[in-house]
Amino acid sequence: MEDKIVVKGLNLCFDTHHVLKSIDLNIRANEILSIIGPANSGKTSFLRTLNRLNDIISTVKITGEILLDGIDIYKKDILLPWLRRKVGMVFALPVPLPRSIFENIVYGPRLNGVTSKAKLEELVEKTLKAAFLWDEVKDRLHLSGTKLSGGQQQRLCIARALALEPEVILLDEPCSGLDPLSTSRIEEALYELKKQYTIVLVTNNTKQAARVGDNVAFFLMGEMIEYGSTEQIFTVPHDKRTEDYITGRFG
Amino acid sequence: MLKPIFYEQVMKRILFIGTAITVFILFFIILYILKNGLPVVDLEFLLSSPKDFGRAGGIFPCIVGTIVLTLVAIIIATPLGVGTAIYLREYTREGRLTSIIRFGTECLAGIPSIIFGLFGFVLFVVYLGFGWSILSGGLTMTFMILPTIIRTSEEAIKSVPASYREVSLSLGATKWQTIIKVVLPSALPGIVTGIILGVARSIEETAVVIFTAGSVLRIPTSLFDSCRTMSVHFYILAREGISMENAYGTAAILIITILLINMFAYWLMHRLMAKYS
Amino acid sequence: MKYRENLIQIGLLLTALSTIAILFLIALFILHEGLPIILKVGIKGFICGSHWSPQQGHFGIFPMIIGTVWITIGALLVSLPLSLSCAIYLSEFSTTKVRAVLKPVIELLAGIPSVVYGFIGMVVLFPMVRNYFGGTGPCILSAAIILGIMILPTITSIAIDSLQAVPYSFREGSLSLGATRWQTIRMVILPAAKSGILSGIILGVGRAVGETMAVIMIAGNSVIIPGSFLDPVRTLTANIALEMNYATGDHRQALFATGIVLFIAIIILNIIANTIARRGVEK
Repeated sequence: MEDKIVVKGLNLCFDTHHVLKSIDLNIRANEILSIIGPANSGKTSFLRTLNRLNDIISTVKITGEILLDGIDIYKKDILLPWLRRKVGMVFALPVPLPRSIFENIVYGPRLNGVTSKAKLEELVEKTLKAAFLWDEVKDRLHLSGTKLSGGQQQRLCIARALALEPEVILLDEPCSGLDPLSTSRIEEALYELKKQYTIVLVTNNTKQAARVGDNVAFFLMGEMIEYGSTEQIFTVPHDKRTEDYITGRFG
Repeated sequence: MLKPIFYEQVMKRILFIGTAITVFILFFIILYILKNGLPVVDLEFLLSSPKDFGRAGGIFPCIVGTIVLTLVAIIIATPLGVGTAIYLREYTREGRLTSIIRFGTECLAGIPSIIFGLFGFVLFVVYLGFGWSILSGGLTMTFMILPTIIRTSEEAIKSVPASYREVSLSLGATKWQTIIKVVLPSALPGIVTGIILGVARSIEETAVVIFTAGSVLRIPTSLFDSCRTMSVHFYILAREGISMENAYGTAAILIITILLINMFAYWLMHRLMAKYS
Repeated sequence: MKYRENLIQIGLLLTALSTIAILFLIALFILHEGLPIILKVGIKGFICGSHWSPQQGHFGIFPMIIGTVWITIGALLVSLPLSLSCAIYLSEFSTTKVRAVLKPVIELLAGIPSVVYGFIGMVVLFPMVRNYFGGTGPCILSAAIILGIMILPTITSIAIDSLQAVPYSFREGSLSLGATRWQTIRMVILPAAKSGILSGIILGVGRAVGETMAVIMIAGNSVIIPGSFLDPVRTLTANIALEMNYATGDHRQALFATGIVLFIAIIILNIIANTIARRGVEK
């Protein structure tokens, strides 16, 4: 399989705080890469370098290279909205914007200039189905997104990211606040989605990584300790620290 | 051991009495004005023109004058104030520039109205040749209410969760699109509160208006006409002893208007805070 | 698209600088109009001169400075005991419910137009002052009482905020060591809230110094150096407002010069309030 994203020698600092230390990582197309590691290991910061969301923090310094389909996304003439439409993101806590379900989903497409009502409606149906939410909300698309349950909100956020028609989807601990049932719904959705998209999933939950990931990267203190297939990482980890983490000695 | 507790009881009583006096005085003022003023107020008083310099008749031209002058001030001050708040909150880090702008805003808020009056008089009435007019008055008033609008808008923008901004950006919005489509709509109640407080300030102001908009007792027909606001009318009636009765009536209208406006503003702000906390 | 975003940012920066621009414009115009007469009379002659008769070319504003100072001190004497006890009571002794109702009520009252306060002074306070103290009514005492009441809401509201900002753990810590509530207030809470309360008081002073219409209505406006608190006085603000309508030439310049003195006083007060507030935050 070809590499969708290539990360070379990535370093990231907030002021004097060195958060990511020379990360090299290839993310293949149409796979789910899970990134695991204890809190504060730099997982989320790494994820946010992929759609340049760290840029909004003015103290950030980033060196190294990230290539998306061979294009350096930190090149000067990259338009951020373009990048962020290509690389959709779902956050740890579901944040529906204070507007209706429908309006939440069409927010991105509208900004991109889609105005046709038929096209928007089609998009809403398609993405809600892909996020396994359509049946639950199809009769009340004009209900405020904030009125949904936590699990529904998170699936709405996934649908909203899908509506951008991205190529890559970043998920930042998308199930951290959810009950097991909602979690399994979302994992189901992810499994379907990888046929079309490249997915990067940050998770605190090693079991989740074992369930859904094709490959796993283990982060610790801003370094990538080990990268390998899910099977290899969870059965014969090469690094002692990886083994300690996945067997629950720390984390 | 008995002594500190006894002492505390005494202090508590004293503080309570101080509180009671404060609240009593403030209520007394309002009730006194309303008691003497409300009997004068009826539809006729509100909708008819004054006769004989205000000895008889109503205050209709003053109501019109107040509204028009306030509108001019609000229309100019709102974009300036909200724009400043957006810049301070969304486009800069806290640093030298922001602290200078904040200090400037605070100074502007503290400048006595008479200074604004002098300034507006020289700049607009004399130098730019607008004369005593609604335009001169409105422009000067703009400067007076600007700090209020900046401060409340800043608070409102600050209260919008950071996650909304991240979500919007992650969905491919530019910074400005994020501000227009997500931040401002969520901050709207707070911004409106600031505007309403500006309206209240503009209605109660007297000194500035006398110096910049004059006190002609007629319904204005253009922006270059002089006008007399309710506060000015009340001041002239009371100070020159023209008609105590109508002075009370005007004061009652003024107080009711201001209290309603302030209550509405407070309620709006409270709702915004409840929404995001 | 980047071009447009940059344009917007520059536009907003200019907007944000407008307040500074306005402040400069105000300073510039007032200085331009008022400085010549100060230079002519001399700073000392202008500020310390006790003779104000524009027709004869005497421009000394010392009586007005004294008038302003006395009225402001008087207003503080009236206001501080009331506003501070109100703030302490509402913050430390009353129930949350009472505070939730009374604080906004007191703040709402900051919105009563100053002319109304002046009017209350004329119709309610003058007869009382005449009966109990003598004189005709318009005097330092009347003005101090009315201004004291006017600045009550400002000081009270800021003081409550500062007291409420003191962490709850301070109270618990002190009470658990056996202090009574009053001891806790005096030794822990008030010191912690001091800078906030002080800057509130200074804002109140600024408001009293800058007040115009109410003062004109109740202070008497005579240009004399007062001998007692029942003497009528004229403040700096009143001086400008009373004579502006008919002043020309040097006389008009002298009024602008009065404005300069007032402007500088207010800026200094603001700097002090700002410094105190910042020091409080750093601590």
